[in-house]
Amino acid sequence: MNQSVFAPWDDPTQKPLIRFKNVTKRFGDFTAIDDLSLDIFEQEFFALLGPSGCGKTTMMRMLAGFETPTSGVIELAEQDIAPIPPNKRAVNMMFQSYALFPHLSVYENIAFGLRRDNMPKADLDARVAEMLKLTRLEKFAGRKPHQISGGQRQRVALARSLAKAPKLLLLDEPLGALDAKLRQATQFELMDIQEKTGTTFVIVTHDQEEAMTVASRVAVMDEGRIMQVETPERIYEAPNSLYVADFIGEVNIIPCTLRQTGEDRFALDWLEGQAPFTAISNRSFSDGQAGHLALRPEKVSISAERPADAQNTVQGKILDIAYLGNLSTYHVEIPGGRIIKAQTANTRRISRRSYTWEDTVWLSWTPTAGVLLEQ
Amino acid sequence: MMRLSWFNVTSLTLGFAFLYLPMLILIIYSFNESKLVTVWAGFSTKWYGELLQNEAFLEAAWVTLKVAVLSSTFATVLGTMAAYVLVRGGRFMGRTLFSGMIYAPLVMPEVITGLSLLLLFIGIGLDRGVLTIVLAHTTFSMCFVSVVVSSRLLTFDRSLEEAALDLGCSSFEAFRLVTLPIIAPAVISGWLLAFTLSLDDLVIASFTAGPAATTLPIKIFSAVRLGVSPEINALSTIMIGIVTVGVITASIASKRNVLRQQNEERAAAQS
Amino acid sequence: MQRFILIAVPYAWLLALFLVPFVIVFKISLSDIALAIPPYTPTLKDGFAAFVAGLDFENFAFLASDDLYWKAYLSSLQIAILSTFMTLCVGYPIAYAMARAPEEWRPTLMMLVILPFWTSFLIRVYAWIGILSSEGFLNQFLLWTGIINDPLTILNTNAAVYIGIVYTYLPFMILPIYAALDRLDGSLIEAAEDLGCSRLQAFWLVTIPLSRNGIIAGCFLVFIPALGEFVIPSLLGGSETLMIGKVLWEEFFNNRDWPVASAVAVILLLILIVPIVLFQRNQQRQAEEET
Repeated sequence: MNQSVFAPWDDPTQKPLIRFKNVTKRFGDFTAIDDLSLDIFEQEFFALLGPSGCGKTTMMRMLAGFETPTSGVIELAEQDIAPIPPNKRAVNMMFQSYALFPHLSVYENIAFGLRRDNMPKADLDARVAEMLKLTRLEKFAGRKPHQISGGQRQRVALARSLAKAPKLLLLDEPLGALDAKLRQATQFELMDIQEKTGTTFVIVTHDQEEAMTVASRVAVMDEGRIMQVETPERIYEAPNSLYVADFIGEVNIIPCTLRQTGEDRFALDWLEGQAPFTAISNRSFSDGQAGHLALRPEKVSISAERPADAQNTVQGKILDIAYLGNLSTYHVEIPGGRIIKAQTANTRRISRRSYTWEDTVWLSWTPTAGVLLEQ
Repeated sequence: MMRLSWFNVTSLTLGFAFLYLPMLILIIYSFNESKLVTVWAGFSTKWYGELLQNEAFLEAAWVTLKVAVLSSTFATVLGTMAAYVLVRGGRFMGRTLFSGMIYAPLVMPEVITGLSLLLLFIGIGLDRGVLTIVLAHTTFSMCFVSVVVSSRLLTFDRSLEEAALDLGCSSFEAFRLVTLPIIAPAVISGWLLAFTLSLDDLVIASFTAGPAATTLPIKIFSAVRLGVSPEINALSTIMIGIVTVGVITASIASKRNVLRQQNEERAAAQS
Repeated sequence: MQRFILIAVPYAWLLALFLVPFVIVFKISLSDIALAIPPYTPTLKDGFAAFVAGLDFENFAFLASDDLYWKAYLSSLQIAILSTFMTLCVGYPIAYAMARAPEEWRPTLMMLVILPFWTSFLIRVYAWIGILSSEGFLNQFLLWTGIINDPLTILNTNAAVYIGIVYTYLPFMILPIYAALDRLDGSLIEAAEDLGCSRLQAFWLVTIPLSRNGIIAGCFLVFIPALGEFVIPSLLGGSETLMIGKVLWEEFFNNRDWPVASAVAVILLLILIVPIVLFQRNQQRQAEEET
């Protein structure tokens, strides 16, 4: 491979653009951010993902300068930003409500920040024109915010926050107000613009699909702490905790007791009298330790006959079938009363579906399909 | 669609008749030829002519106008500041006292406000005249302005101000360039309210006006105590006319604005 | 620094022109009348010790002993309560009918209620003099219809004061009730009727309780200013009309007894504190219910 992959977080010589060092933020008795440390690198598209109230918006507002940490330091390009007021920071923000000035035209909204820097008229015109072109808003420059559609407003907000060429752009649920179709198209547009401008983006979202689509790295947050920071693939395929596994996508969790059987092989006793499952993991567990097998539904195969060569098989009865168009999810009850979800792609028309309710089927998966997690 | 029952039609008819008949009679009889205000003696505009000849009334009207313009302008500035402090000021020493002093004048009987201000002006040796009336009117109408403006500020999307700060405004610039233009309609209606209250006020003006300055309500009050006069009818008609035209114009203008905005939003959503 | 100025300017203004004057009123209410300029004693010119020593509750004792003042307070309360009730009876049906009117009429009806509010208070009271006087339009009309044979004396009686208060404060009653009724979901009435209520029962069991906040707000908005009213009793009332606002005015301008006028003001304020606090509570509770 001669083209290096963009992964500054794996390179110890890279200096982060933003560094949170043991940051804590309290509002009265409530701890919004709890002793949090995090590095974000230049040109990253970084997503803060978590349920509402997890502290992701507080982190963003601290970067913008609307909140100050109770303790700890936030550095931007190795400089403590605490003493810099929001209007002096090389950080711009795109607000969830867009916060477009209703009394100003699209053009004036985009020019607003540039005018504060007393940019010469010719430069200003050129810069605004560039932004209008980037966001395909040339035709709407003279309109007021209430005279354009929701998607166009979103682009004005983006153009306005990018106009000052900030080192860091913060996006607070940028697509939350758009309908599902428009949102998908806009996600790719955002990635495209991020790539073109080379600006570091930090996006706050509660929508995991959105975070997975746009981000180079995702930080999953809960109750003021970061649970895991990884690339989207690693977050999905190698969650480090039950919380992350459960938060991202669908997952079957099977509690079990672990026994090491090979270098990285484990036998999982999940129910008395049943053959143990086999799983491969490079983490170390002690014998007899209780753990969980996290298994994505699409990695579980379903068949009428017992597959001959599979290492993990179990028989069960179909309780429910959820037809999602492209996929079908089967809810299969296995011995012990546990329900395992198995997903198959609907490559054939539904009238020729192979299994139906109450059918007895076999579920199987490979030793590497699941992730072993501690208690 | 709901149909109005006879009961509702009756209450609306009687209710609005009660509200408007007295004023209607006043207006009709201002065009009465006769000096006897309750006997119709033919159409005439002579009382309007006489009113315009009446130096004392004209003088008082001029004083009233001056007081109203000055006090409502001061009241708007102070009231907007106070509203901003109440809604955005956060915590500071004596905040409870401050908000108490904003709301108290709204419910305070005018006789008490007037008396207390008069005693203050005498206490500090300030001669009563236009200045003292302006001070008094500014004080009570700034509270009305601040109630109007703060109710607008409460629904104001705070992220607009944050966006302005984020784009490089100082907090004063953010107020001047973003907040003020957006809350302008509320500030203007606050000014209009203060202006009307000042034009209207009899009691506080009576306490704080000196011999050097008499306002129109004081003049009307002393004339009216002696009974009904066609000249006062004419004056009242003029005042009612101005208010009616003003209120109707304002409401039509604001309704048009709302309609236009709705149409544009609909068009934008479809595009 | 900017924040300091922003807070300090209106704060200082209100302290100087609202709070300090009250302290002065309170102080003068404890002083004695004197033939001097200003017409009371002691003043701070006498030195602080003498100043403090000269203050007493004589004026309040005087107010308590003279039944003129008792009667004035009681009759103010009576007039304010009764006229508030009358305004409610007149205003509720109007507000109700407005809320039931077709959607496209409502802004116009609203404007018609607000319009008198912008019109001079004095002129609106004055308009009734010509109607209520013995040769006024009401008597002319009643004589013409033959209901009465001799003109009624209405002007310069308490009846005229009641009419004046109901008339001038009617918009304050209508608007909050209308606002409450306007928010009321029409299907609630239908649900009540569906569950077996008659129209009247539905009105009594659903509409009235749900417009309660509006009724309470409207009543306070009428009661509080009516209690200290001066213009209406002095223009429409007669010599037997005793209202505290009028007494204060006469004490001050006619008798030039500043200490007693101040004492009257202090007591009026004390009486008003209860309804004002109740009103604030009601508004707060309403605001909380809405969020």
